[in-house]
Amino acid sequence: MSVVIGLGVLLVIVILYMIFRVGTLVSVMRGPEKPGGTANQINALLLLLFMLVGLGGFFWYSYAHYKRFIIPVASEHGIITDHLFWITMVVCVAASSVIFAVMFWITFRYQYKEGRKAKFLVDNHVLELIWTGIPAVVMALLIFKGLETWNAITDPATKEAEVIEVVAQQFFWTVRYPGKDKQLGKFDFRLIDATNEFGLNLADDPNTYDDFKAPELHLPKGREVLLKIRAKDVLHSVYLPHFRVKMDAVPGMSTHFKFIPTKSTADMRKETNNPNFNYELACAEICGKGHFSMRFLVVVDEPAEYEAWKSQQESWLKQNPDYRKYVPEKYKEMADIKSGITPGGVAVN
Amino acid sequence: MATADIHIHPVTHHEEEHEHEHHEGNFWTTYIFSQDHKTIAKQFLITGMFWALLGGTMSVIFRLQLGFPEASLEFLRPVIGGWITPEGKLDTEFYLSLVTMHGTIMVFFVLTAGLSGTFSNFLIPLQVGARDMASGFMNMLSYWFFFLSSVVMFASLFLSTGPASGGWTIYPPLSALPQAIEGSGLGMTLWLISMALFIVSTLLGGVNYVTTIINLRTQGMSFTKMPLTIWAFFFTAIIGLLSFPVLFGAALLLIFDRSMGTSFFLSDIYIAGEALSNVGGSPILFQHLFWFLGHPEVYIVLLPALGITSEIIATNSRKPIFGYKAMVGSMLFIAILSFIVWAHHMFVTGMNPFLGSIFTILTLIIAVPSAVKIFNYVTTLWGGNLRFTPAMLFSIGLVSFFLTGGITGLFLGNSAVDIQLHDTYFVVAHFHLVMGSASFFGMIAGVYHWFPKMFGRMMSSKLGYVHFWFTFVGVYMVFFPMHYIGIAGFPRRYYSWTNFESFGGFQDLNMLVSISAIITLSAQFIFLFNFIYSIFRGKLAPANPWDSTTLEWTTPRFPKHGNWVGEIPTVYRWAYDYSKPGAKDDFIPQTVPFSETPESNLPHENEHVKLEMGNGGAIVVEPKGH
Repeated sequence: MSVVIGLGVLLVIVILYMIFRVGTLVSVMRGPEKPGGTANQINALLLLLFMLVGLGGFFWYSYAHYKRFIIPVASEHGIITDHLFWITMVVCVAASSVIFAVMFWITFRYQYKEGRKAKFLVDNHVLELIWTGIPAVVMALLIFKGLETWNAITDPATKEAEVIEVVAQQFFWTVRYPGKDKQLGKFDFRLIDATNEFGLNLADDPNTYDDFKAPELHLPKGREVLLKIRAKDVLHSVYLPHFRVKMDAVPGMSTHFKFIPTKSTADMRKETNNPNFNYELACAEICGKGHFSMRFLVVVDEPAEYEAWKSQQESWLKQNPDYRKYVPEKYKEMADIKSGITPGGVAVN
Repeated sequence: MATADIHIHPVTHHEEEHEHEHHEGNFWTTYIFSQDHKTIAKQFLITGMFWALLGGTMSVIFRLQLGFPEASLEFLRPVIGGWITPEGKLDTEFYLSLVTMHGTIMVFFVLTAGLSGTFSNFLIPLQVGARDMASGFMNMLSYWFFFLSSVVMFASLFLSTGPASGGWTIYPPLSALPQAIEGSGLGMTLWLISMALFIVSTLLGGVNYVTTIINLRTQGMSFTKMPLTIWAFFFTAIIGLLSFPVLFGAALLLIFDRSMGTSFFLSDIYIAGEALSNVGGSPILFQHLFWFLGHPEVYIVLLPALGITSEIIATNSRKPIFGYKAMVGSMLFIAILSFIVWAHHMFVTGMNPFLGSIFTILTLIIAVPSAVKIFNYVTTLWGGNLRFTPAMLFSIGLVSFFLTGGITGLFLGNSAVDIQLHDTYFVVAHFHLVMGSASFFGMIAGVYHWFPKMFGRMMSSKLGYVHFWFTFVGVYMVFFPMHYIGIAGFPRRYYSWTNFESFGGFQDLNMLVSISAIITLSAQFIFLFNFIYSIFRGKLAPANPWDSTTLEWTTPRFPKHGNWVGEIPTVYRWAYDYSKPGAKDDFIPQTVPFSETPESNLPHENEHVKLEMGNGGAIVVEPKGH
């Protein structure tokens, strides 16, 4: 490390010294300056070289290292957005490479020559209309394709969607499943404490009784999932790179994102030839000093495995029986049954 | 004795009057509290350069962390002290402070004040033919508010809790709650105060620019004869006047939320073991307000650079700028559209998806005038007789950044594609090229081009070439690899990615980026040396070193306050009569009447000759009634 820094400092000093020498010499030696000296030719050549090496390097790296910068996709809409990404890529690379090449060819071709007179070209309406029209049409096509996709992604989820709540806070995630009643119970941020992390409103909403907290985000393969997202303290952002999912978590406002996972963790391990592969949830909105450490494990199961996993989870209320005191008398029996405190539905107390 | 006194007094009095006429004063009024637009421009430039070096150094420090995560940064302890942990690592929170301050400094202090402040001030009076700004006093205030704002921001770097650290976009609740991050304590307060002062400075400057351009153009300088630089400064100032007050409003509401218990942006927050009483606010509202400035700000930064390079490319191609009207038209169109695309920064904030659709459409429309500008630049170069001065090289560099950086906007502006790329390094690559580097290159190009007018001396062009090639290649090596890192999904503002399997690898590219950043920053010292050395020891500049047509080159080598000795010259033609067929030289200055150039006049220009010759020999420039 210090070697690199040392080299950097040395480079600066050497450069500075050379500058001084060159500068002094130049100011002594230089007569009246002509516009097109050797410097002009060298710069024209360097610009051309830059273009050739730059474009060459770009195409080479992109081709040779393709596998490194592509993340495999594991959701239905992700395939579509990736497709759109690549369409845009083709348009952009084609357009910019051509313009790039033409521009630096021009700077080489039309470098200063004594006695040559530049063209007095003020405008050309046909040309201008053409190159206003072409980008406009291309944009229109990209917009059309993009909006179609965007609308499909942001359409409301179906009734059958598996609803899961993701809650962000500095600097970790908590995940809540609705339990057997398939309804997430209500919460209130004023009820949050060290144990009641979700702020479950046990007093008012029986739907809370069977909700459970999961140590990992389990998703069923091939089924629609609706993430309901919220934050407790500051902004965060739910980012699932392999599923092409990103949605901010906002305190005071519920956000959501629906998608269909298409590959189980096992599938992906096979595809990537990596027996240790895991899906991950990351935070994508600056949230404080631990921003870079908000990792949460994501597991995609085959539907049957998923159901089996769910049925093994203990409800939050069963794990925290102290909070049974907040359940109103009239609901106590229901709470015991739903939360699994009384197996088989026989009430104690 | 008495006679002597009587004798001396009238003489001194006379001298004072004399001095007042020529606006010459003592050291303080000439160099510090000057009302001369040229001096104020230099003040903006030098302050901007100071900030650029500081902002650049900050980026190198956090790049050290990203490129060499294992390295010990112990050697930085003498400079940043306690922010180096006992293990010799950069403090994670200070990392965010560096990122935040780098963004704030570069966007506002360097590319807004340093660019607009320098060149709008310097060029508007010189190029429209005015003795000074409409209000020299307000102009002076504009600089001193900026200076004050700089002092406050600089002071915040030395706080024990650190400067603001919630990102340059200062999204609440992070920026509103000191419990959430230390930098949101006093550091954030100073950030807000500094920014409020900065906005005052920008508004004072902007009012002056607009007024001067509308009212103080010399005889003959109609709007259609203005150089594109002036058009660019004009649109920039108007955008600034309309958008900065919105940031002021947002900052004010944030101040209320922070210190007076209001809930504009805060709601339902549980932090540090307690539930806050704020309800009903919306963090999204802040983002709307912020980006209502934030997006136009991109063009506040970019348009002056585009104006400057239009001028430099035309001059050094020895050709008229291609499609002058289309250039003005696309700048106008960009200026208008810049106000209605802001929410493309917010596609995944939970904003109504319908808004996302609208902003996708509007955003991609803005690509059209931008493309037109690129095509016009390239066509201007085509068929020219190109002189690669350092200014010209940096302008070509700008066009290339504007292209490579701008085109990736097609990905990010399309909401469906943005879902994956949002807040990754792809975004970082995009805006650093299209807005950061392009504008920075415009600014540097401007310094090289107008240095002879600013200081009466020439900068060394050889050093300029070295500076250009290190910087041009360096910038690409810094920002181009970030596209790959971004496509691979790496989120921005991460201290390290080692916690994630998904963001593994690319240590090689990250190292390359960091090394390139160090080299690029080092190369700026070549420029700094050239700049300072040439002010004092550079070769004396000829009157019109670049054979340019515009008015500023008709002033003396060291123009005094008032710019022209004697009458202000009259303007007869547009600024782009380069290589006109039939003309003796390859340029005809704006001050040469058509009646003196019968050999090169176009048919419609001969009409002007009649107007010039009419009216009993007195030269009229425009039809009566103008």
